[in-house]
Amino acid sequence: MIEAGHFAAFLALALSLAQGIFGLRGERRLAGLAAISAFGLMALSFLTLINAFVTSDFSVALVANNSHTLKPMVYKIAGTWGNHEGSMALWCLVTIGFGAIAAATMNTGRQAFEARALGIQGLLGVGALAYLLFASSPYLRLDPAPFQGGELNPLLQDPALAIHPPMLYLGYVGYSFIFALAAAGLMEGRIDRVWAKEARIWSLAAFAPLTFGIALGSYWAYYELGWGGWWFWDPVENASLMPWLIGAALLHSVVVTEKREGFAAWTALLAVLAFLFSILGAFLVRSGVLTSVHAFAVDPERGTVLLMGLLAYGGFALGLFAWRAPKLEGGKAWTLISREGALMANNVVLIVAALTVLLGTLFPLIAEAFGRTISVGEPYFNLTFVPILALILILLPIVQAWAWGKADVKGWLRWAGGGAALVIVFVLLGVGPLDISAGAAFGLALGVWLIGGAIWELKRRAITPGRVFKLPRRVWSMTLAHIGLGLFVIGAVVETTGRYEATLALPEGGSGTVAGWNITLDEIRAIEGPNWYADRAVLTARQDGQTATLTPMKRFYPAAAMPTTETAIHKTGTGDLYIALGEAREVDGESRWVFRVYFNPLVDVLYLGVVLIGLGGLLGLWPSRRAVKPAAAEA
Amino acid sequence: MRARTRRLYTFGLAALLVLGAAVLAFFALRENANLFYTPEVLAEKGLPREGKEVKVGGWVEPGTLTYSDGGATMQFIVIDNSPNTITVRFNGVAPDLFREGQGVVATGSFAPDGTFTAKQLLAKHDENYQPRELKPLEAGG
Repeated sequence: MIEAGHFAAFLALALSLAQGIFGLRGERRLAGLAAISAFGLMALSFLTLINAFVTSDFSVALVANNSHTLKPMVYKIAGTWGNHEGSMALWCLVTIGFGAIAAATMNTGRQAFEARALGIQGLLGVGALAYLLFASSPYLRLDPAPFQGGELNPLLQDPALAIHPPMLYLGYVGYSFIFALAAAGLMEGRIDRVWAKEARIWSLAAFAPLTFGIALGSYWAYYELGWGGWWFWDPVENASLMPWLIGAALLHSVVVTEKREGFAAWTALLAVLAFLFSILGAFLVRSGVLTSVHAFAVDPERGTVLLMGLLAYGGFALGLFAWRAPKLEGGKAWTLISREGALMANNVVLIVAALTVLLGTLFPLIAEAFGRTISVGEPYFNLTFVPILALILILLPIVQAWAWGKADVKGWLRWAGGGAALVIVFVLLGVGPLDISAGAAFGLALGVWLIGGAIWELKRRAITPGRVFKLPRRVWSMTLAHIGLGLFVIGAVVETTGRYEATLALPEGGSGTVAGWNITLDEIRAIEGPNWYADRAVLTARQDGQTATLTPMKRFYPAAAMPTTETAIHKTGTGDLYIALGEAREVDGESRWVFRVYFNPLVDVLYLGVVLIGLGGLLGLWPSRRAVKPAAAEA
Repeated sequence: MRARTRRLYTFGLAALLVLGAAVLAFFALRENANLFYTPEVLAEKGLPREGKEVKVGGWVEPGTLTYSDGGATMQFIVIDNSPNTITVRFNGVAPDLFREGQGVVATGSFAPDGTFTAKQLLAKHDENYQPRELKPLEAGG
């Protein structure tokens, strides 16, 4: 079976190469056919891998190293991409898949341009497949086959983490096709309205799953690591945040290119950078050059190959850019106080924010080159990334009403007054009844400002309330995303500044109080799962007549010889009461169990915000009813 | 507005923002980049400023793990290949793979008496993961 998959992957490599050659020679139809057939073969190949995992075929080395007969079915399937080789196979599948979907759906009326884009996507597929087949093959057999497998890392045996990699890869690898579009546009010397219409769709198609992927990874870290937080500024997290920020900048800049044919060179550059940062992310995660608490499947040698790929793609694309960009058309005239000016400010801020993340992430490496061991943590990012991003969020509600070209800003005094009043109200509330810091009060005001601004903008565009639901989908897409941003800010500020945590050491029957909750340890029971056994605590939490039972666990996976922490979360309506079980400690002659208890306020609001941003992206993908017919065929 | 003037303003504003970010980053890094102390490095360099966040690392000396606060706080001694030691206190749950004799990296700050109060502990993550800071120690030992 697996040999058939191996063979199919080789055929897919040949077809991707054919797609590349046909495409670059301008044969749109043949390149498209090659892309679709390559996808069929790669999908088949990937299915044989999944099949090997499902049937626990331990004669396949990858399965033997990463699976176990007792593992639940969903984690057998997810185990396919829960390791280096399998995740690279997924990377190939998604690269080729995007090419195939593009081949089937692209309809710009420009045959030569589409052919080139498909051709470049084909070559990106060749690169990925060559890396898969020659440097990290998942198709190798073991002889003799072991009777039992070595188990998937138990930390990864989790529902959120089962779908996190596919989502993240749809985002990362989605930017490969934007890269291809940018390269093809630059080759033609045409980054214009037609190009931007296509590029906007694909940037949404990458941005939305990337958003969901990051949210899933963060949520997993929140409940699985047992540390109570949702973002640790870990290099692996930063690696996904940087393409997201650049992708967000791209989404805003491509609109200027679509509506006004402006920012052409800048948009092309962002399109290239988004994919380069995705590969950089893969390199940082895979190579092990940085310390991370949740990097998996690390291998320095493969890191070198990825780094060379990054340099090759980057050299090609940036060279092409330097050569062609000066010849691009400038678009319609605009002044600084205009929608173009506002979107330019948005882009500059997002890119600078991404650069501060890059600096903080790479700084330990730079320092190491000078012989010093240091690390960069949350305080750095709170001092750089957060204020820089806040700058653009303050402006957002005001500038989104600005017109193209030259905006009328007579009403600015009213906006400034409204914003100042909001801040004053929250600061007064903050020092008074809410009892929070001025920074937190400002953050809350900012969140409300964003949500209010998004709704105000919707009202402004609808003119009369009855027309709100007749507005184009892209307006709703923007509104949803901006409301999501506001909710995220509120959730993040409240969670970060209002989090409460304490440690309890309880004997059976003992109790303690945390954040107004009286917590009693009823019993500790040993239980057994399919491929693990565990100590499970049964705790009763009481507050003002409310009662909740929480059952955190400490699991042990014998096949992997590894413990994991399973936290228990009780949703109180205003936040999460969150308990992680620690070890047993011998204190004063009796055995006590340690618990880390957190109260994380409004953490659901934070995730709801991120989900709305992702949904906004998906909604923008939906073709608008008022979509114009593609321009008449141009050769 | 002429395209050239506009470009001038745009670049000017962008440069201003980049400069601002660079200044912020410079101070943030100077203040917040966490230096890494092993017992030997501590003996060499002396105590950092009180309250300054740093990391310490080494091995948990077997037999030194004790509890206080009714069991909520753990205290242990970190050693390396030198004769020096660091006493670490941590209020919380030990990481899953925390063991006496194993490597540990703690983030926190020193008190004037030289004891280290950790707000986060990291231990070996799985067989394939070792906190990077401990790699040179491993090679030396």
